[in-house]
Amino acid sequence: MTISIDTTHAATSKGMRARERRRRLIMGGIFLGAALFIWFVFVANITPGAVTRFLMNPGGASTETADWVFSSGFALNAIAGVLALLGVFQVVRGFGKLTNGILAAVAILFLFGFLTWATSGGQTNLAGLLRVMVVRAVPLTLGALSGILCERSGVVNIGIEGMMLTGAFVSTVFASLSDNLWIGMLSGIIAGGVMGLIHAVLSIKYKINQIISGTVINIFATGITSYLSSKFLQKTAYQFLNEPGMFPQVEIPILSKIPFIGPILFHHNIYVYAMIILVFFLTFMLFKTRWGLRVRAVGEHPKAADTLGINVFKTRYMAVILGGMMAGFAGTYFTLGSSGRFDEVMTAGRGFIGLAAMIFGNYNPIGSMGAGLLFGFFDSLSVKASLLQVPLPSEFLGMVPYLATIIVLAGVVGKGHIPAADGEPYEKE
Amino acid sequence: MSPEKPQELKKNGLAIFWEEFSRSNFTVIFLAIFTGIFLGGVLVAATTPEVYDAFKVSFFSGIGKAFTTAINTYGALITGAIGNPQKIQAAFASGDALLIRRAINPFFESLVQTTPYIFAGLSVALGFRVGLFNIGAEGQIYIGALTGVWAGYAIPGLPPIIHIPVAMLCGALGGALWGFVPGLLKAKTGAHEVITTIMMNYIAFRLSDWLLKGPMADPNEVTPKTPWILPSAELPQLFEAPIRFHIGFFIALLVAFLVYLLLFKTTWGMELRMVGSNTNAAQYAGINVTSRTVIAMVLAGGLAGLAGANEVLGINHRLIPAFSSGYGFDSIALALLGKSHPLGVVLSALLFGFLRNGARSMQLTVGVPTDIVSILQALILAFIAAPAIIRTIYRLKTPNQNEDIVSLRSWKG
Repeated sequence: MTISIDTTHAATSKGMRARERRRRLIMGGIFLGAALFIWFVFVANITPGAVTRFLMNPGGASTETADWVFSSGFALNAIAGVLALLGVFQVVRGFGKLTNGILAAVAILFLFGFLTWATSGGQTNLAGLLRVMVVRAVPLTLGALSGILCERSGVVNIGIEGMMLTGAFVSTVFASLSDNLWIGMLSGIIAGGVMGLIHAVLSIKYKINQIISGTVINIFATGITSYLSSKFLQKTAYQFLNEPGMFPQVEIPILSKIPFIGPILFHHNIYVYAMIILVFFLTFMLFKTRWGLRVRAVGEHPKAADTLGINVFKTRYMAVILGGMMAGFAGTYFTLGSSGRFDEVMTAGRGFIGLAAMIFGNYNPIGSMGAGLLFGFFDSLSVKASLLQVPLPSEFLGMVPYLATIIVLAGVVGKGHIPAADGEPYEKE
Repeated sequence: MSPEKPQELKKNGLAIFWEEFSRSNFTVIFLAIFTGIFLGGVLVAATTPEVYDAFKVSFFSGIGKAFTTAINTYGALITGAIGNPQKIQAAFASGDALLIRRAINPFFESLVQTTPYIFAGLSVALGFRVGLFNIGAEGQIYIGALTGVWAGYAIPGLPPIIHIPVAMLCGALGGALWGFVPGLLKAKTGAHEVITTIMMNYIAFRLSDWLLKGPMADPNEVTPKTPWILPSAELPQLFEAPIRFHIGFFIALLVAFLVYLLLFKTTWGMELRMVGSNTNAAQYAGINVTSRTVIAMVLAGGLAGLAGANEVLGINHRLIPAFSSGYGFDSIALALLGKSHPLGVVLSALLFGFLRNGARSMQLTVGVPTDIVSILQALILAFIAAPAIIRTIYRLKTPNQNEDIVSLRSWKG
């Protein structure tokens, strides 16, 4: 027995080294591939001497920044050169722990190259694009945070979509009735928490398969919100139930005056600021507090946690209810932060992209916000696809988040860390 | 699942079904459906303003009004699903063929709605039998419809006897491709099929949006639509208008029977089920789990693809955006209700098809939104999945055996 354990251990560390080597080479290959792609697709397809013009003021900004005009060919060659250098270094030496950060930088450079190429000979409002990106990232990131809370404690949550929809509906009704946006928001959060509680009871107490439980949440939430909406909210006699109003834009003093960055980041309604604060708050809670350690312990090894006196059930209940509240909060964004009214199935799959952002961000709040911003960028770009100089169907841009998630799941760029007990009900002995 | 004894292999399908059915406890299934319908009725009554007016008069008149509201709603649902007996009688008495067809149309329309449910339900059920959770039926339906409709309009000059099977097969192949990708990823990299199939769904939606606008668009139309399929590819309808009932229903029953034969009467099917019930044991017994996983997802995708092809070849005769409206998602509940057995799937598909069709005329006659059906499905699914709730409510005895409705492989594959 002892011998077999020893050999497995040796094999594992050997296998790990081989895997790390493989990952290093694949990453380097991706960097080099990006460089070659820019050279052979982008540079080859621009008219020589063409310039790229980026407008640096989003609509309605209070600051003025001059347009950014530069030679497309030179910029693309420079980006490709940097990417090639990074790729060569990655293949030869490897960036080690910095690899993920470098990958993000490569992705940003590549996207910038893409925009440079797509704008070559015309103009794009870069600031507007990035501003919309930040806005679109909000529901995705908040959805991902909901998923992180649940899954870090070992409960898979594919019901984010349904929880969001519930939050959106309830917040609309209560904000309309009370004529107070904060009461609406609070009610949406509570409604999400109730959905979380249902998910928790079904999957923790009754131990039914967590995917099925999530499916129940999704079908039920879609059904009941659409039912009540078409029975009341869409009728003229009950129109007063569907007029919640919206949170106003808040300009942060001083910061919003920073040229270019100010209007993109610091001139939004409270949801954008809430997203940024929640991401860092949750990171702190999960990784720096006793509560976070307990949640993670329960998600990794519930039996060990139980032995140490942590109440596995209580911890999971709390995490899933908090996750539901987070999704409910994300839902209120759709009505109180974005459209000012409730429409049937208005979340339109954002909960599932949030799930994707969670996986893409490796179950980490900051990583998930990065993924949310990336997906938000494609969302924002697909709206403007027709304005670009290159014919690129907006549908393909819309596919990118899903394709990217599949690629991440397939482990092409290395296996992420899934909580070890994710999806498994805990049976107390 | 209990270990298979040799003599069990000789049992016929009905006996196997009955054994699993009775083990799962008929009472619980019945009470789950009953409780779901009861709560749905409560919801309908609670959202009817007239009920509250009646409560203002007196408590009992309120209760009475609530009761009649619920009864009327379900009455309208049932009439919408199977037809109005008085109308049918009157129509037969008059002897007018058109009147008769109109009167019996609701029943056949329910069967029309049932047909895609059977295909999609079989797809999800087959996945469950192999321990895979195919949430991607919806996307596979879309792709099956795309490839099916393409074969329907783009291949001219075939007689129906060849064109119909070719078009159906194209639909199955399209769905199979959409199942193949998650299957391969699951088998080779362990990427969980729940997430990958959800992602494949959305890729399918975007792809079909693009194809309908661009390469597959009918040039004579302003809105995105494909051209009409050729008459030779249309699934023959068995009655004249307005009855849309077509042979797709019988194809679905045949496919259900074939799936049953595959799963329970062939060694191959037993190996598939073995992978589902105990992956490690299957591997130890020398079964190639990797290939079985891929095959299962390909078959599941193909079945869902048939649902899509069936819809475009039998009913719509062309593809329009957002045509499926949730067959794929409903079929998850459906497969679980049917215990992932082909016969159970057919029975619950009938239930879902009748509910869906009945709900539409219910909305017209008594003004209750069709979404009540989704609520019923969610409630029934919750009660079926957690029998302990039903046992607690009705003080039933707890059984000795394991009640897990489905055994799935762990999250990380």
